[in-house]
Amino acid sequence: MTALGTKLRRELWQMRAQTLAIALVTASGIAVFVMAMGALASLEATRTAFYERYRFAEVFVGLTRAPERVAEAVREIPGVQAVETRVVATADLDVPGFEEPVLGRLMSLPADGVADLNVPHLRSGRLPESGRLDEVLLSEAFAAAQNLRPGDHLFANLDGTRRRLEVVGTALSPEYVYAIAPGALVPDDARYGIVWLPRPALAAAFDLDGAFNDLSLTLLRGVEPQAVIDPLDRLLAPYGGQGAYPRADQLSHFFLDEEIEQLRVIAGVLPVIFLAVAAFLLNTVIGRLVAMEREAIGVLKAFGYSDAAVGWHYVQLVLLMTLPGLVLGLVGGVWLARALTELYAQFFRFPFIQLVFEPGPLILVMVVTLGAALSGGAAAVRRAVRLTPAEAMRPPTPPNYRGLAWLARLRLDQPSLMIFRHLVRFPLRASFSVLGIAAAVAILLTSQHFLDAVEALIEHELELARRYDLAVTLFEPRHARAETELANLPGVLAVEPARQLAVRFVNGPIRERGSVTGVTPEARLERILDADARPVIVPEAGLILSRALATKLRVGRGDVLTVEVMEGRRPTLELHVAGVVETYLGTAAFMHLDGMAEALREAPRPSELRLLVDPLAEREVIERLRQRPEIAGVTRRQAAIDSFRETLAETMAITVGFYILFASLCTIGVVYNAARISLSERARELASLRVLGFSRAEVGYILLGEMLLLTLIALPLGALLGTGLARFISESLESELFRIPPVVEPASYAFATSIVLVAACLSALVVGRRLWRMNIVDALKTRE
Amino acid sequence: MTGLRRAVFQIKALQKVYGTGAVAVRALDGVDLELYRGELLVLLGPSGSGKSTFLNIIGGLDRGTSGEVIFEGERLDELDEAGLTRFRREHVGFVFQFYNLIPSLTAAENVALVTEIAKDPMPPEEALGLVGLEQRLDHFPAQLSGGEQQRVAIARAIAKRPDVLLCDEPTGALDSKTGGQVLRAIDTVNRELGATTAVITHNATIASMADRVVRFADGRLAEVTENTERRPIEELTW
Repeated sequence: MTALGTKLRRELWQMRAQTLAIALVTASGIAVFVMAMGALASLEATRTAFYERYRFAEVFVGLTRAPERVAEAVREIPGVQAVETRVVATADLDVPGFEEPVLGRLMSLPADGVADLNVPHLRSGRLPESGRLDEVLLSEAFAAAQNLRPGDHLFANLDGTRRRLEVVGTALSPEYVYAIAPGALVPDDARYGIVWLPRPALAAAFDLDGAFNDLSLTLLRGVEPQAVIDPLDRLLAPYGGQGAYPRADQLSHFFLDEEIEQLRVIAGVLPVIFLAVAAFLLNTVIGRLVAMEREAIGVLKAFGYSDAAVGWHYVQLVLLMTLPGLVLGLVGGVWLARALTELYAQFFRFPFIQLVFEPGPLILVMVVTLGAALSGGAAAVRRAVRLTPAEAMRPPTPPNYRGLAWLARLRLDQPSLMIFRHLVRFPLRASFSVLGIAAAVAILLTSQHFLDAVEALIEHELELARRYDLAVTLFEPRHARAETELANLPGVLAVEPARQLAVRFVNGPIRERGSVTGVTPEARLERILDADARPVIVPEAGLILSRALATKLRVGRGDVLTVEVMEGRRPTLELHVAGVVETYLGTAAFMHLDGMAEALREAPRPSELRLLVDPLAEREVIERLRQRPEIAGVTRRQAAIDSFRETLAETMAITVGFYILFASLCTIGVVYNAARISLSERARELASLRVLGFSRAEVGYILLGEMLLLTLIALPLGALLGTGLARFISESLESELFRIPPVVEPASYAFATSIVLVAACLSALVVGRRLWRMNIVDALKTRE
Repeated sequence: MTGLRRAVFQIKALQKVYGTGAVAVRALDGVDLELYRGELLVLLGPSGSGKSTFLNIIGGLDRGTSGEVIFEGERLDELDEAGLTRFRREHVGFVFQFYNLIPSLTAAENVALVTEIAKDPMPPEEALGLVGLEQRLDHFPAQLSGGEQQRVAIARAIAKRPDVLLCDEPTGALDSKTGGQVLRAIDTVNRELGATTAVITHNATIASMADRVVRFADGRLAEVTENTERRPIEELTW
C-alpha cells in the first residue's frame, strides 16, 4: 500500500465517528427518498398486475332490470371487448354475535362459477356450488374483521326475508380493493362486506330470473370509455339505466387512485427535502473537513506530489466517507420500500405485491449524493492546491473580523462577543446550520400537520356538521309517514328527513355523475357548514354546491346547471346555483327537500332519515329499525368516526411515523456535525481559553452556546417554513374526496420544537463530552 | 544571596513518563528546581529535552507522573482539574510560539477576555501599553503583524498581574527585529510587575538577558548558571 493509501486508511479510521454521523444523515435522506419512490412505483405496478390478472372491467353501469338478451346488444356496440352481467343488491346483514348493523353488497356469481370480468380471487375455502342457494363467498377483509371462516354462517335481509347464508370461502376482488360503503368516507371492514353468491339464488330473491341489474365491460385496446358510454346509456335507458361510468369513477378504483395520488404528493415533497438536507450537509461537512487538511496538502505538494495526485487522494477520501451512507441508504431504502409496500398491500388487500424500482430516482439519488460530496470536497481542495506549498504549510492567517468591531456596542462579555462575531463573520456557515435545523422542524411540523388536519376534518365534518346518532337508508323513497313512524319509536328523540337523488350534472361538455341531497332548512342533525363552520341555510330554490364540485363543473353562483335525474321518471332539470360553500369532504350538492319534490313533481319523500337517539336506548332502537322491511341499512355516526380515525391511523400514521423518525435523525446529524466540526476547527482557540484559565463549562458555553443560538434562531424559522409547507401540501393534496384543512395545532409546534431541542441537546452532549476530554497540550500542539 | 530569595515554585523529583513498558518515554527524569520570586529564567535545550513538558506542568496544563510541584506551599500535583483551572486563572500567564489569539476579538477584547475573569487585573489598555501597543487597541488579529500579535498575547498573559509568566518559544515564529521587540516586552513586564518569568528558547544568545539559565538534556537538568548581570536586549546579538 502506498503511503497515501495508508494515510487514507488511518484518517478514515480516525474519523469513523464522524463518517458514521455523515452516513446516518445521508442514509436517512436517501432511504426516505428511495422508500417513497419505490413504494409508490410498487403500489402502482401491483395494482396494474392485479387488475389485469383478475380482469377488472373498464365501464360499469347499474340499472333497474333488463332481460339477458340486452347483453347481446351491448356486445354489438363497437369497441366493446367482453361483457359481464350480474345481479347485485344491498342488504342488511346480521352477523351472529355482532349487535351493530352491517351493510352487505351482494354480488352474483355466474351459474357455472367462472366470472368473465371482475374475477374474485379465492383466498380460502371454495366457490359456492351453483345448485346451492345458501352458499356464499365473503370478502376477505370483512370475514377477517368479523372473524368468519368457511363453515360459519350469517343472515341477510333479502328484500324482506331473513335468509341463512353458509360461508364456504373468502375472496379478494379488483372491484373492491378499497371496499367502501356508498356514502362512507373510509372502509369499515366490520360494517361493510361483499358477499358473492350463485346468481340463481340472488335472482330469485330479487325477482330477476333471466334478467340482470348490473353490467360491466372491458374495451378493445385504444377505445375511449366515452365512445361506449353514450350508446350504452341510450341502449339501457328504457331499462332504468343509471348512467354508465368509466373505471376512473369506479368507487374502489377512485379511492385507490386518490390514495396513490396522496402518496405521490407527499413523496414529491418530504423526501425531496430530506435528500436536499442530506446533500447540503454532506457538501458543507466534507468541505470543512477537507479545508482542515490544508497543511497536509501543502506538505504533499512540497514533496512533489502533483495537484492531480493530491486531488485524487481527496476524491478517494470523500468517496470513501460518502459511500457507506449511500450504500446504507440504498439498501435501507429498498428494504423500507418493500416493508411499506407490504403494509399497503395488506391495507388494500392485494393478493400479492410487485416490487418495482424505477432507475430514475435511484440514479438521481446517486448523482445528488456523490455530486454534493465531491463538489463540497473539490472546492476546499482547489483552495488549498492554489496556494504555494510554503504558504499552505503555514497556519492560515487568522480570519479577518474587520468591520465587526461594532458588535462590541452590545456590551456583551467577551465569550458572548466571540459567539456573535463568529456567527456574523461566517454567515453562510451559520445560515446552513440554521437552515438544516429549520428544515428538520419543518418536516416534523408538516408530518404532524396531517394528524392535526385529520382531527380538524373529523371535528368539522363529522362532529359539527353531522350531529345525528343514526342514519337510516330506505330501500325506496317512502312517504313522509315513515318519518313520523320512526319518531314514535321509544328512545328516538328527533327525526329529520333527507333525500339522496342520483343525478348527472351537465354543463356543456362537462358531465359528472353525482348526487343531490335534499334537506330541510330547519335541519339541525345534518347541517351544511362553510369552512368557518358557519351554518348555510338551504334556499327554497336552486342548488348549493361544494366548491370542489362547482370548480369541476366550472359553474359559479347564479349560473344555470343541467341536472339529469337518474331515477324515477328521469326528468332533466335546469337548476340555478344559489350558492357555493367550502367543504372539506366530497363533492356534495344540496337543495331544499320541498324544492326537490316540486322539481320532480312528487310529494316530498325521504330516502334517508337522520335520528337523534337516547344513548341508553340506542341498541334497542337499532334492533327495532332492523326489523322494519323498508330499511336497507342503519349506520352509526360514531362507528363512522371511529373507522375514519382507525383507517387514517393505519395508513397515514405509519408514513408520518417514518418521517418523524427521519426528521429526528436529520436534526441529530445537522447539529452533531456542525458542533463537531466547529470543535475541530476551533480546538486551538478553545484550548487557548483553557490555558487562560477558563473552565470547561465556560469554554463549552462558547462552542455550544453558538449551537444553541443557531437552534433558537432555527426554531421560529422552521415553524414558519413548516406552516408554509403544510399549507402547500394541503393545497397539493386537494382532491374531489377531501380538502385538508391547513391546521397546525399549537401542540404540534411544541412537539416539533421539543424533538429538535432534544436532538440538539443529545448532540451537544456528545460534543460536550469530547470537549470535556480535550487535552489542552495536544490541542495547542496541533496547528490549525 | 540565594538564601534571601523566596522560592515561588519548589519542584522535587519531577518525572513525566509517556507510555508504558518498553515503549515508555521519560520526558522528565527526576527534575529538582526552585523558581524565585521575580526572577527571569531562561530554559535552554534541544528538542525533546523536556523543557516544554516542564513548563506545561508548572503552569498547570499537564501533570507529572511522580514527584512534587509546590506553588506557594500548595501541592499542584494533588489538585483536581477544577483546581488546576483555578490555579491558571489566578496565577499563571502563558505565551506560546503561535500566538493563539482569538481571531474574532480585537486586541483590547482579547485582553479583556482575561481581565473579565481575573481578581485584580489591570485595564486592557494599560496591559497593551506595557507592550507598546496602545495605538492598536481596536485592531483584530488579522490586522496585526506577527510581532504585534505576539505582544498582544503577552499583554493578555500579564493583564491579570500573574505571579508567574511562562513563555514557550515566544520568538520562534518571528524575525530578529520583531523578536527583539517581543523580548523587550517580556523584559519590561518582568521588571515592572515582578512576575516570576520562565522563557523557553533555542537561542542561546537570549540567555544573557536572564537572571538564571537552566539547560535541559534528556529530561534532566544538565546545568544551572547564574548571570551576575542581566544585559539589556539592545546589546544582544542574534
